[in-house]
Amino acid sequence: MSFALPKRLIAPLKVIVFLLSLLPLARIAYAVVLDPISLGANPAETILHMSGDWVIYFLLITLAITPVRKLTGWNDLIKFRRMMGLYAFFYACVHFLSYIGFDRLFDLSDMTQEIVKRPFILVGFAAFVLLVPLAITSTRGWVLRLGGARWSALHKLVYPIAVLGIVHYWWLVKRDITWPLVFALVLTVLLAYRGFRRGGKKIRAAAS
Amino acid sequence: MPRYSFPTPKGSEITPREVYLDRRRFIAGATIAGAALALGGAARAATASATEPLTFSKGVVPVLSDKPTARELATTYNNYYEFGTSKAEPAHNASTLKIKPWTVEIGGEVAKPRTFGIEDLLAMELEERIYRMRCVEAWSMVIPWVGMSFSKLASLVEPTSKAKYVKFTSVARPEEMPGVRSRILDWPYTEGLRMDEAMHPLTLLTLGMYGETLPNQNGAPVRIITPWKYGFKNAKSIVRIDFVAEQPRTAWMTAGPNEYGFYANVNPEVDHPRWSQKHERLLPAFFASRETEKFNGYGAEVASLYSGMDLAAHF
Repeated sequence: MSFALPKRLIAPLKVIVFLLSLLPLARIAYAVVLDPISLGANPAETILHMSGDWVIYFLLITLAITPVRKLTGWNDLIKFRRMMGLYAFFYACVHFLSYIGFDRLFDLSDMTQEIVKRPFILVGFAAFVLLVPLAITSTRGWVLRLGGARWSALHKLVYPIAVLGIVHYWWLVKRDITWPLVFALVLTVLLAYRGFRRGGKKIRAAAS
Repeated sequence: MPRYSFPTPKGSEITPREVYLDRRRFIAGATIAGAALALGGAARAATASATEPLTFSKGVVPVLSDKPTARELATTYNNYYEFGTSKAEPAHNASTLKIKPWTVEIGGEVAKPRTFGIEDLLAMELEERIYRMRCVEAWSMVIPWVGMSFSKLASLVEPTSKAKYVKFTSVARPEEMPGVRSRILDWPYTEGLRMDEAMHPLTLLTLGMYGETLPNQNGAPVRIITPWKYGFKNAKSIVRIDFVAEQPRTAWMTAGPNEYGFYANVNPEVDHPRWSQKHERLLPAFFASRETEKFNGYGAEVASLYSGMDLAAHF
């Protein structure tokens, strides 16, 4: 089972998805400039939390593309995966910049100390650092330069990145772990699907 | 979404196609919708925690250079886990708490145990005190509270020489407080002070803020405020006060003994395990650029209570 959209629809659809993905940023920018009170009493925290949530949403969307593609047979989805991954990186940059700006006042030595001292910041920072090579090598040119096998091996880093991101969120919250738990369950399903498929393939290979 | 939401219409609010196509039925529909809106508005007005003006004098306390935080912000950004763990939930959910009638039972090591009705407390002489409130989460607000020194209330029940600590117990009603239905903390919320801290003139038995009785989300109808300690020490919606011989184990000490100590004095030199306490964000500022002061700036008044104590060990 597989189906595809007419080719001419893919480009406009990409534009739409691109613009929709910018909405969280537009919401933040609009509020900062024209309506700070809509961000609540602690606008910097709201921005930090919103951008952080969107990193996780985009990571989970990126990881959902392959399972959804396999399950529905809609192969065009793969054409959106790079954009989703890059948006995860983009909101990670927004998140990281608001942290070092609003919380640490761009004081780099203070920031370094904090990152090393606080496990939850350290794992978040590790996830961010690991995203950088994936963002850089996301282009077609890099796929060719590295070769498909090496490229996809490198991009398997997205699995530990997603785990670190959710651990970061889990360790941040004081008592109510509802949302980290929800994200962890979604991630578990997405990763288990891959393990299950690989297991299935091996069994079929052994049988033949 | 976890902590914020974009305004999206509910399915029930979208006019069905057949209704908007049929003008007469549309008008009827609009009338019903209008009536529903009006009713909804009335219901909200009735349930929203109605605050009442208070009469009070100006208290003499250390003067702060910062202006009070906007009331709108101080009443919509609250840590009150009995009504939900986000900052916005208490303002949405707290109207269900019934604060009339209300009694505060005072007992333990006292010569004259007594139960006060909230009206007894409101009838006492009240004063307004503008304090900085520093949350353990590294933000602060400046709030004009209305109340009286806790020592005034204590003198009415005559604590005995056995009373070494005071334990405050907050209300916990699962049917009125959604957070109490889940085990986020060990309900009811309890807090405590050492006797000399409780009797310190700055410790305020608080009945109001911004000139009116407390909104429910801010701990109506009565709470405690110790301005030199982190905000979580300030138990809300108090129903019981016990004078006790042993240091009470508070709700947050039970939840995270390595993160939340009994003393919880504001102290830039002692970090929270997960974040620095050196700076704070004076809301609604974007930048956490205010340098946190030891004892939240009330050192001249309270530092002597802790002379000789290792405040890093007794955090």
